[in-house]
Amino acid sequence: MNAAEPLKCRPSDYKSEVKPIWCPGCGDYHVLMALTRAMAALGLPPERLAVVSGIGCSSRIPAYTNCYGFHGVHGRSLAVATGLKIARPDITVICASGDGDGYSIGGNHFLHACRRNVDLAYIVMDNHIYGMTKGQPSPTTEPDFDTALAPGGTGLRPFNPLVVALASGANFVARAYSGNPNETAELIVDAIKHPGFSFVEILSPCVTYRPDQRSWKDRVHPAPVTPTDDPARAARRLMTDDGFNLGVLYRGNRAPYKPPTAAAMLAPESLDEEFVV
Amino acid sequence: MSGANVPPVTSVAALYGIAHRIEADAAERYVMLADQMETHNNLELARMFRDLARAERLHADKIRDLAGSIGIGDGGGPIGPWKSDSPEAADLYAARYDMSPHDALRLALAAEERALAFYTDLAAAKVDRAVRDLAASFAVEEREHVALCHRLLERYPPASAVRPGDPDAPGDR
Amino acid sequence: MTSGASSVSVAMVGSGGAGVLTTGEMLLEAACAAGWNGLLTRSVGPQIRGGEAASLLRLARAPVECMADQFDLLVGIDWVNAGRFGDEIPLGPASLLVCDPAAGAPPPMAANAKRVIQLPIAELTKAHPAWRANMIALGAAGHLLGLDEAALHGVIAKRFATKGSEVVTANVAAAAAGAQAVDGDRGRVALAPVAPAAAKRWLITGNEAVALGALQGGIRFAAAYPITPASDILEWLAPNLTKVGGTLVQAEDELASVNMIIGASYGGVPSLTATSGPGLSLMIESLGLATASEVPIVIVDVMRGGPSTGIPTKSEQSDLNIAVYGMHGDAPHLVIAPQSVGDCWVSAHWATGLAEALQAPAIVLSDQFLGQAQTAIHRPAERPPAGQRRVADGATLPYARYALGGDGVSPMAIPGTAHCAYTADGLTHTERGTPTSGARDHLAQLDKRRDKLDGHEYGPLWATIEGESEIAVLTWGSLTGVVREGIAQARADGVSAKLIAPRLLLPTRPAEMSAALAGVKRLLVVEQTHGQQFLKYLRAHYDLPAAVSVLHRPGPLPIRPHEVRRHLIEGGSR
Repeated sequence: MNAAEPLKCRPSDYKSEVKPIWCPGCGDYHVLMALTRAMAALGLPPERLAVVSGIGCSSRIPAYTNCYGFHGVHGRSLAVATGLKIARPDITVICASGDGDGYSIGGNHFLHACRRNVDLAYIVMDNHIYGMTKGQPSPTTEPDFDTALAPGGTGLRPFNPLVVALASGANFVARAYSGNPNETAELIVDAIKHPGFSFVEILSPCVTYRPDQRSWKDRVHPAPVTPTDDPARAARRLMTDDGFNLGVLYRGNRAPYKPPTAAAMLAPESLDEEFVV
Repeated sequence: MSGANVPPVTSVAALYGIAHRIEADAAERYVMLADQMETHNNLELARMFRDLARAERLHADKIRDLAGSIGIGDGGGPIGPWKSDSPEAADLYAARYDMSPHDALRLALAAEERALAFYTDLAAAKVDRAVRDLAASFAVEEREHVALCHRLLERYPPASAVRPGDPDAPGDR
Repeated sequence: MTSGASSVSVAMVGSGGAGVLTTGEMLLEAACAAGWNGLLTRSVGPQIRGGEAASLLRLARAPVECMADQFDLLVGIDWVNAGRFGDEIPLGPASLLVCDPAAGAPPPMAANAKRVIQLPIAELTKAHPAWRANMIALGAAGHLLGLDEAALHGVIAKRFATKGSEVVTANVAAAAAGAQAVDGDRGRVALAPVAPAAAKRWLITGNEAVALGALQGGIRFAAAYPITPASDILEWLAPNLTKVGGTLVQAEDELASVNMIIGASYGGVPSLTATSGPGLSLMIESLGLATASEVPIVIVDVMRGGPSTGIPTKSEQSDLNIAVYGMHGDAPHLVIAPQSVGDCWVSAHWATGLAEALQAPAIVLSDQFLGQAQTAIHRPAERPPAGQRRVADGATLPYARYALGGDGVSPMAIPGTAHCAYTADGLTHTERGTPTSGARDHLAQLDKRRDKLDGHEYGPLWATIEGESEIAVLTWGSLTGVVREGIAQARADGVSAKLIAPRLLLPTRPAEMSAALAGVKRLLVVEQTHGQQFLKYLRAHYDLPAAVSVLHRPGPLPIRPHEVRRHLIEGGSR
């Protein structure tokens, strides 16, 4: 086979035998479906792909794929993914997270991953709730949503991940809806192929703690405009959209992170010369 | 399903590919649902979804046989030709861990109805005559599946409205 | 004029920015170039510039690993805030004081000095605006020590080469004027002559030695978040990792830096980060992740005074507890404590190899004293045993990342290896890495991770053990050199003692420690903590003799050799 030609792969080649623990009806099943379809479309052998995650329902996803996976601690998936990608630029690294893991406890890493612009795809399954800990408000929860931890609602303005990503320097910003798994798969492929840090926010409903999110399927709609590479225009669009615009919303052309390299390699043994007296 | 979700079908070969894909996607989805029900200890539903998966797999094989030397191609590649979801694939969002056989059949019915709508639309579309005829024959088949679902729904009436419910419901704790 | 001492100690103080730190480095360099040995530490306040600073320098014929009991020479460039060093710069009855009468009254600590030598710094710099005060002091100190003037001027020329010949000329002239001003006392605190060193030596700090040892031990990726006093390690690695094809990336915080190195090491590249107590605290959760997911990493903790922000610029051994016990759950890992500047190289090299071979996190527990002390050491003749990661090649399928059996070290698949893809997990997992909450798998994997560390043969590097006696001193880390000198002093008084200093703090070595303590009737424990952390650690893990006393004190005031001697002599029978 021609090396440049993608392998003929089926999504099932990327699915592991491990059965998801997600609730029936969870949007994350669709995301897994979309992810494995995207992987098949890329045609990379599973061992060339790594899926890195933190903690939460969404973050269980690596073990459900047949790729190399890393299921780490809460909030730090982007740091693990960054280290892996910089150390192993030959591996395609996908980082998966949720709104609690990615926007709350991992919020600082999100800012700096956008800024650093390492060639990663970051997919966040956003259901506006902490599911695994049973229904506490997350940074994207609506201010009046009633929970045991915040009776009557938090009263706080929801976090806008796309605007933050854009402002922080992400090179690709998209929104997907898990109920459109094929479109989501296409966006994931696009994100992986785009150089630099690519962020895909996936609206992925929680049937158990947010049954109201079933209505999302009637609210989502394709973005009415073509993607822009102008951050100012993208910012205006993202600040004013209804939160249900789907598609690529910003496609930048910033060069991805590249660590410094030396003109000539030295033997480690030679490095002690500077200390010799 | 909106019109935007209908892929262009320009030849009989393409339609065989898409028809096969529709059944294969449906089968895959029922397997997912069966696995989910197993994980959540709803074994009656797990069995039912496995039966449905087997039926869809048979339909897929039948289409492959029907296509004969024309073949089924790749059915739209790994991602598939639809923007949102494959028409006959059951709606995962409608699944619940404590769903009843009646609920499952309603899920199947909705899937069959979407497939029927897809073929009915295609049979009436401005496409090649041979494509329209083949679409119409698939529509006849899907209509039978819809009817079968209705008959099964009579056998499995809705669960009682005064069901005790889940004493350990996740939302309660 | 004296015939020359075997060890001379010099303290140079001045307000921050007066240049005492540079002056100390240059004095050390000139002395080492002439064949002497030396140890230079610094004491500074928290200010970036300004405030107070002191260079504490001990020059000697033989290698020295700790500061002496007293300073023979105190050079004050100015006395602004110098009183803050009172406790750290003890003078003896024979000590000399060099200062500018125009700088006002010396601080109380100078009251002990035998003699005051006047150095008219202000007058000289007023007459020659291009002269720097610290170069005048450098010339004077070098002259009193009997250093070769040309050699000292050579060090000045080298140091200021990039600033142009005018600067070099002015500084040399300033140093010469300083020497001239104290000419009547030339060689007053001279060192006994030495032959130039035959073998190559390194003039190096502990932080540099850690960085060099880790890199030469195989580290090729580092993640960095700045923190005093560990940043030097990261700043040395940044350009030097690049030279060997590795990478350093600056992280947004310590939570990121530890997770970045976990990611890089998961990718097959030996990885390190360096920090101090506050940073280690933030990294602890992920250290547990590295333990559970069996990803080798090296974390260097250059300890400073704690808790909280504590004293960032000064040494203490009080991170022992968090390094050993910090993690939640049962989390076996490696803790290795270097005992001298040279040992920083050995320990970092060794820790890197052990982490790789045992697929576990290793903490290198250094401290500010070692990290920022500069000394001349012999180039290490031997390298610690090399540690290679055991990797899976896909020959045995199905692949089980966390397979049980054997020595507990299961082959690790590196991303890119076909048929071996697995998910590394911080959740309790089965042999294949699948999450589980079952008791049997939990126990089996806990046993595996414990046994692979406990069962390893660590060899003689586990501890420094010197001498035989019924009296032993147990210490660790940077206090090893202090205790060694204290034991030598006691020996002169007829009391002999055995030195035991474990380099390997985790896993503990009960059999080896029992052997080391066999026949010991009285034990002195020496440590730089307030809460006797080391004594409690020893009591928890080892059988100690009935008679145990402890010499302990928090930082920043160093424990000095004479205190060890006094405890040995006064503490019991001969």
